Amino acid sequence: MKNDTQKQLAHDPDAAGHFGEFGGRYIGETLMPALIELDAAHQEAWADEAFRAEFASYLKHYVGRPSPVYFAERLTDACQGARIYLKREDLNHTGAHKINNTVGQALLARRMGKNRLMAETGAGQHGVATATVAALFGMECVVYMGEEDIQRQAPNVKRMQLLGAEVVPVTSGTRTLKDAMSEALRVWTATVENTFYVIGSVAGPHPYPQMVRDYQRVIGDEAREQIQDMVGRLPDDVIACVGGGSNAAGIFEAFLDDAGVRLVGVEAAGHGVDTDQHAASISAGGVGILHGSKTYILQDDDGQILNAHSVSAGLDYPGVGPVHAYWHAIGRAEYCSVTDSEALEAFHTITRLEGIIPALESAHALSAAMRTARQGKPEDILLVNLSGRGDKDLDSVLAMHDTDA
Amino acid sequence: MNRIDKTFARLKAEGRTGLVGYLCAGDPDMQGSERSIRAAIDNGVDVLELGMPFSDPTADGPTIQEASQRALASGATVTSVLELVKRIRSTDDDTPIILFGYANPLFKYGYARICKDAAEAGIDGFLVVDLPYEESAELTSHMKPEGLHFVPLIAPTTGMKRATKVLEHAAGFVYYIMVTGVTGARTDLASDLKEQMAALHAVTDLPIAAGFGVSSGEQAAATGAEADAVVVGSALVKSACQNRIAEFTQELRTALDA
Repeated sequence: MKNDTQKQLAHDPDAAGHFGEFGGRYIGETLMPALIELDAAHQEAWADEAFRAEFASYLKHYVGRPSPVYFAERLTDACQGARIYLKREDLNHTGAHKINNTVGQALLARRMGKNRLMAETGAGQHGVATATVAALFGMECVVYMGEEDIQRQAPNVKRMQLLGAEVVPVTSGTRTLKDAMSEALRVWTATVENTFYVIGSVAGPHPYPQMVRDYQRVIGDEAREQIQDMVGRLPDDVIACVGGGSNAAGIFEAFLDDAGVRLVGVEAAGHGVDTDQHAASISAGGVGILHGSKTYILQDDDGQILNAHSVSAGLDYPGVGPVHAYWHAIGRAEYCSVTDSEALEAFHTITRLEGIIPALESAHALSAAMRTARQGKPEDILLVNLSGRGDKDLDSVLAMHDTDA
Repeated sequence: MNRIDKTFARLKAEGRTGLVGYLCAGDPDMQGSERSIRAAIDNGVDVLELGMPFSDPTADGPTIQEASQRALASGATVTSVLELVKRIRSTDDDTPIILFGYANPLFKYGYARICKDAAEAGIDGFLVVDLPYEESAELTSHMKPEGLHFVPLIAPTTGMKRATKVLEHAAGFVYYIMVTGVTGARTDLASDLKEQMAALHAVTDLPIAAGFGVSSGEQAAATGAEADAVVVGSALVKSACQNRIAEFTQELRTALDA
């Protein structure tokens, strides 16, 4: 069985951006030439050793890589099962994995001679990471953010403004990440000739899913070596949260050919996947076309996009990167889900036991890891991508406790 | 013969510029939408682009976004849009109707099924804004047997090399997007329209309709002087909201025929 899976497994999409039946470029004609140009520019840059060296240098000296892998001993003891190791992306500059990708895209923008960046953001982490590199490279920066998220993530809005970015509230639809992305695509359509659109996840039209994966794969490349140095072998499970899925794609990529390593993506179940208040596109959605690619999405019987819900603004999106749809379809990765309250419980547990305040997004992965660890044996190794730190979520977490009380 | 081809042949024979009108199906509800459509056709729209509302119209400006939301809020579905077309067809067997929208509602309905049901309802073609020719083969393979035309979009950013490829498999007419941006009324229109039309005519025999931003008789006349037909969308939707769609359509028609 495993051999069959391995035979089918392709790391890169076809020339038009298809991972199996997923991905592609479902986008207005106005943007097509820019996407074709961007694809060529990325392929050319990625094959250029000088570009790769420059990227690696910024990741080392500016982002602070490599981020450590840490054995969470007290968490392991509490679960009384498998050993839990954390890949500490929360220790990166700006506090999440998002910066890996924005450094890559800003370097590419500079190489293409574009001096104006635009981005969409949900939790604000990608917006902050984009505003950061815009400041670093002296570029203009505009960030589109749902009005609802602007309220939920006020500190990140301030950060972006301090960094010199203009934050534009999006008031259409649900006023969250979905609408910010729709609006960003509209604005890009009108400004495509002078603006580089920095997408923050492995979502959107080709080449974004592949390009963002390439810029995030450093997470997995490092972690694969680090965990072997620490325990002398590969992990049994690699676990990461999945909204659009860039941190998961970045860490999974390095383990794709390691047939014995289980790859587990954790979606946000919100109030439960059997309710209409969740963001679990693979676990509880269906195949459709949204924001430039064919993938799993949340939709009604008539193909209208449904609103997602998650306590975590970064997972609150009714779609998922097409590479995850592909891995799910061929059985290379497994996808499960964690509810708001389970994620919140994990948030507190890790904070108390390890002195690490995780992002609510990452708390979903940690909750799933704890579930698996409890059923495991002491010789089992779980590697969890701790994708970001939770400072940005303190208001949300405290507000939820007020509501609960 | 497809009604689109028939209509453009007639317009050419008469030496007139075509008027292509966009209205969102089900806006503000099915009854009101039917009244608007009939008023537009009765007062001079030659080709109807009937919008299939979508929750996330990424290529549309505020006017058509809001129209889509009104239509969805009042319960528009693919099925009810097809029923609307059947009602129009019961009294009008001539005006070409193009289903205009986004890929996902069609994909979810099923490409084979939508082509069969659309043709049966009296639809003549599809224009799917987020289905560039690279992604359109699956849908068009089901359209051809039903005699439906897949109307391609060409943008100012397309360039002639790509346009030639896109137009190889085109049928009906070509929709030229005059401005780099989303739909919506504008005061300034393209200044290089004449050159663009000439370049496109050199690579296709199909009629070319130009649109995006046309919002007055004056602008329609200026655009119509260069193109075979003029597309009016957001401004027509707005006129329907303001109960003056008959007058506005007449204004456009008069300007084009002058």
